[in-house]
Parts: sequence; structure tokens; C-alpha cells
Amino acid sequence: MSAALDIQGLTTRFDTRGGTVTAVDDVSFSVDRGRIMGLVGESGSGKSVTGFSILGLIDEPGRVTDGRVIVEETDLRSLSPDHLRSMRGRKVSMVFQDPMMTLNPVLRIGDQMAMAVRVHEPMSKAKALERARDALGTVGIPSPEERLAAYPHQLSGGMRQRVAIATALLHRPAVIIADEPTTALDVSIQGQILAEVRRLADETHTAIVWITHDLAVVSSLADDICVMYAGKIVERGTAEEVIGQPRHPYTRGLLDSVPGQHAPGTHLPQIPGSTPQLSHLPSGCPFRNRCPRATQLCASAPPLARFGDHTALCHHPLETT
Amino acid sequence: MTAPLLEIDTVSKRFPLKATLADKVAARLAGRSAGGAVHAVTDVSLTVERGEVVGVVGESGCGKSTLGRIVSGIYAPTEGTVLLDGKPVATGREDHVNKLTTRVQMIHQDPFASLNPRMKVGETISEGPRTHGIVSAAEVGDKTRALLEQVGLRGDYADRLPHQFSGGQRQRIAIARALAMQPDLLVLDEAVASLDVSIQAQVLNLFLDLRRDLGLTALFISHDLSVVRHVCDRVAIMYLGRVVELASAERLYAEPKHPYTQALFASVPTLGTGRQDFRPIKGEIPSPIDPPPGCAFHPRCPFAGPRCRVEIPRLTDAGAGRTVACHLNDGGVGQEAAA
Repeated sequence: MSAALDIQGLTTRFDTRGGTVTAVDDVSFSVDRGRIMGLVGESGSGKSVTGFSILGLIDEPGRVTDGRVIVEETDLRSLSPDHLRSMRGRKVSMVFQDPMMTLNPVLRIGDQMAMAVRVHEPMSKAKALERARDALGTVGIPSPEERLAAYPHQLSGGMRQRVAIATALLHRPAVIIADEPTTALDVSIQGQILAEVRRLADETHTAIVWITHDLAVVSSLADDICVMYAGKIVERGTAEEVIGQPRHPYTRGLLDSVPGQHAPGTHLPQIPGSTPQLSHLPSGCPFRNRCPRATQLCASAPPLARFGDHTALCHHPLETT
Repeated sequence: MTAPLLEIDTVSKRFPLKATLADKVAARLAGRSAGGAVHAVTDVSLTVERGEVVGVVGESGCGKSTLGRIVSGIYAPTEGTVLLDGKPVATGREDHVNKLTTRVQMIHQDPFASLNPRMKVGETISEGPRTHGIVSAAEVGDKTRALLEQVGLRGDYADRLPHQFSGGQRQRIAIARALAMQPDLLVLDEAVASLDVSIQAQVLNLFLDLRRDLGLTALFISHDLSVVRHVCDRVAIMYLGRVVELASAERLYAEPKHPYTQALFASVPTLGTGRQDFRPIKGEIPSPIDPPPGCAFHPRCPFAGPRCRVEIPRLTDAGAGRTVACHLNDGGVGQEAAA
């Protein structure tokens, strides 16, 4: 079976006053239908820029300089702007952290969803509204008929995010890119949405890329995990492999620093230093000046260490524990 | 036994809503008074002993930040009193609050908003103690450097501006500024919520060190259950303005009693291998403008009975220092009338 989304060597650079920085550096991964890929990283790791690069939403001074983004056998990077626009929302859609990036505040929910339907598929407005209502029902919105007539400000944050997800689902896309979609929500509402998303992936076979900084969320939601650091994917594997037996020292450090698994009041294991600035990366492995396992070898570019399909970009990956 | 350092006694805070002209007309026609109020905090009582760290946990709109601001003397409560060492932290009502003490210091969530971008870090830290005569002009420089070192930064950073620091470093500066006032009580309002997890661990470790070295007393406000468990001795769970459960962290996490606490714990994703079976709380958080009658949680509660819809549950003793505001713990929820 071919993957719904296959990314090869994706590279995005930004021209800044301090020179060109590489925000996404040779990123490759693929997601099969019905699977959820968790893309995890801290701020500045390039996880969101990766999401935007997939959809061709990078603006000046940034540009995607290299790589392929293949959605159901079409390379999005080879398409004309018009053709790409016809793919967005139909084959690939995006859910943002702030649902108001998706929703128009002065249009009724039904009107804007029907518009999103008819952009890609000519049909009567009544039929489009019917599709919108069904999509709202799919994401667990109670009495969807009434919500069609509501304006975004009449809905709570959690409801708006559901509407944004329902809008992303309107054309049954092969791929949904979700960028921190539950970060701004309360835990009880986040729990509801995570449960719905898991169900959607299972039932509609949509491939989902879930971008987040929250390790607990990906560990409980995702099938596969990519860990990003300074624009690179430093570790990739199934959720079980990456969480249960991390190979990259950065992943290990990140997992250890989550409170809740240590005796209360004790020192948390911490990664020294701070998240790097892309304009001042060390040579070789970008993590080496914070890494407990670093040696002189790490000044050269790290190789991809393989443990079956589980990989780590590291000179000194962790052995079995 | 000595009196607790902080005593919050049946504190309520309501924010009146400004009525629009249309509201006023509608109210006049209907023969009622215009304008409601946001019931941010209702009947909260809580004590913090010297050297204790008490967590306040809840979702947005539960009133935890408002409570923190009342304790800091930024808001005056609508009803009730807040005493620090037996003396009120503020006088006045509503718009005319007079903060009476510098002994409570607050640390805010966003270190990008809480530091003056045009002020050198050293000035930011020393402004308070100089103004209040806590340090003399001669020793200000040394004190400031010592504070910066205490929070894990270099003393010569005092001459730098906030934009030269990362988020984690800025939060350390905010902590140094609070400590400079030699406070008896710290109020931390989501102090690590905006930090990356690796940086959050650093700041939590700093807090634990400072607590050990200085015997800090703190009210630790957070939505993050695992962070609270790590640093707090006792925890109050708030829902829609009220404390619904209060217990030692150990007991609360071992066995949450209130149905809301249970549901909250069940919806939190935990780090582990294998898919988690989410059992989310149904429904949404009601509006604090018009809270449901009876127990505020009853529309979402799987155990709710007729009594929950009419009678507000009081905090009652559930053994071993735990109190719970739930009818299940206080005589039952009542029987449904036969249809």
C-alpha cells in the first residue's frame, strides 16, 4: 500500500539579516492512510514550519528549497499555484492552533462551510449545507443543524476547534495537518477532541500529522512519532518504540524532564542549556553542546542509526536499556 | 499550634457586567434590574501554613487566577477576607484597592509580558526593594548580583535588557524580582505553563531548590496536574469559582474523590506506551455569568441526582484532612422520582 503522504528531503530556508537559516532541514517521513503521525518538538524546532511547508504556505522571506511532498502520487511541489490551491482543502487540509485562523468571524458557520464545499465541488447550496451538517455531526457537535446558523463568536473555543476540524474533513482529504490543535484548550475539552480524532482516523482512514510540543498527547494518540530538533528529525519510529525505548539522547532527555513520573519534590532530570538559535548552531550534531553522550566525533554530521524501522540521527544512540 | 500564614476566609469575587442600553431597556420592560455579574470566585476558604506549597488547579474560568490576584492584593474580594499573618492584604472594594503589603509577591505566566523591555534586568530586580527601603543604595548592586546567581544566572547579566534572554531565563529573572522583596508568600500563576518541557524542568528544579534553601511558602496556580503533583503539598481543585476538593497531593492523586476531579484525571493524556482510551468529560464548562443551580458540575456529572440540581454541596470532611464538596460524600444525591 502506498502512503497517503510521503515527504522526501523537505528543506525550508529563511533569509534573515543574520544570514540564511534552515528551519526545516532534509525532513523525510511518510504516513499511511488511517495512521496518526505525531511530529514533536520544542519551540523553534521547525515542526510548524514543516506543516506549513507541506501545504506550500511558506511566505517570504522563507522558501521551500528542496524536497518532494507526495500526496496520493502527486508531488505538490511540482504543481502550479492554481493547481496547488485546488489540492488544498480537497486532498490535504490543515487545522490550526487558533480556530479563528480558519473561521471567518462575520459569516455563519453553515455559510462558510458551504462555501468551502462549493469551491471544490459545484453543487446546490442546500446540498452543501447538508454536507456541512454531516461533517459537524462527525466531530461530535450536538444539534449540528442549529450550529449551522451560528456565528463563530457564539461558540466556545472547543466547539470552534471542532468546526475547524469538520471543515478540514469536508472533502474527505487523504491527509490532515493539525498544528497544535488542542494546545489552547482545557484538558477536559482536549480529551473529547483527541477521542474524536482517533475515531476519525480509524473510520475515515484519513492520514493525520499531529504537530505538538506535548509528549503526553502524542504518546497517547499517535501511531508513529517523529522528534524534531533544530530543523531535523532526530528520531523516528512507532510511538511504542520512541516513547518506550528512545534511541536519541535528546528524546530521552525530553521524556525524562516530564514531571509526574518522578517522586514528588525530587529534582527532575533536565537538559542543560536552552533551545538553540538556528543562526548559531554548532557544527555536526546540533544537540552536541547539550548532550551527555557527546564526544569529539559529534562535531561531524551524525549518521542515521537504524534499529529496524526505528531510526535515530546520532553518533552515540542509546543501546537497549 | 501557630496560626497559618495565609487565611482565605469565605472569599467571593464578582465582576459586574456593564449593561448596554438595549439590556437596560429590556430589563426595564421586564421589570428587573439590568446587568449580571461574572461569578469568578464563590465562597472559597483556604489556608496555607508556613513553608507549605498549596496547588490551585482547574480549567479556564474556574477562578484560580482571580483567587491568586485577590491573595496578592491586586483585587479586593467582593465578600470575605484574606489575612496574611492575621493582617489583611488589601483594603477597599472593587475599583479602589489599596494593597497593604509587599510580603506577597506574584510570578506571572508570560515572562515576555511581565518584564519591562526598556529596563535593564538589574533595575527591574532592584526597583521594588529600593522603593520600599528593603536594601540600601550602597548594597543594591551586590544584592542584585547575588539574586541573579541564586536563580542560576550570571551576576553581570544585571546590565542586560530582557530581549537578550530566552523564555526560561526571563522566568528566572521574574523569580529573582519576586525574591528581592523578601516575600513571605509567593503566588505563582501558571509560572511554567509557557515554557518548553526541557526548560520547564529547569525552572521547577530551581523552585524546589529555592524552596529548600529559603523555606518558601507558595500558592501554586496551574492547570497542569503533573506539575502540581511534583511541587505541591496540598492541592485545591476548583470548578466554576468554587473549591470542590481539597486534600494532600498524595491522597488526591492516589484516589480522587469528587466526580469532577476523577473526570479531570481521566481526561489528561499521560506519558506511556500504547494508545490511551480517553474517557472525556461530556459537555462544556458552563458560563460563570449564569452558573447552573445546585452543584455547578451536575450537568456534566455521571452521578448527579435530584438533590444535585437544587442544593449546593458544601465542603465536608472526607477523612485524613480531605474535604470534598459533593452530595455523594454528604448523604447521597437523592432518588429520582418514579416516572
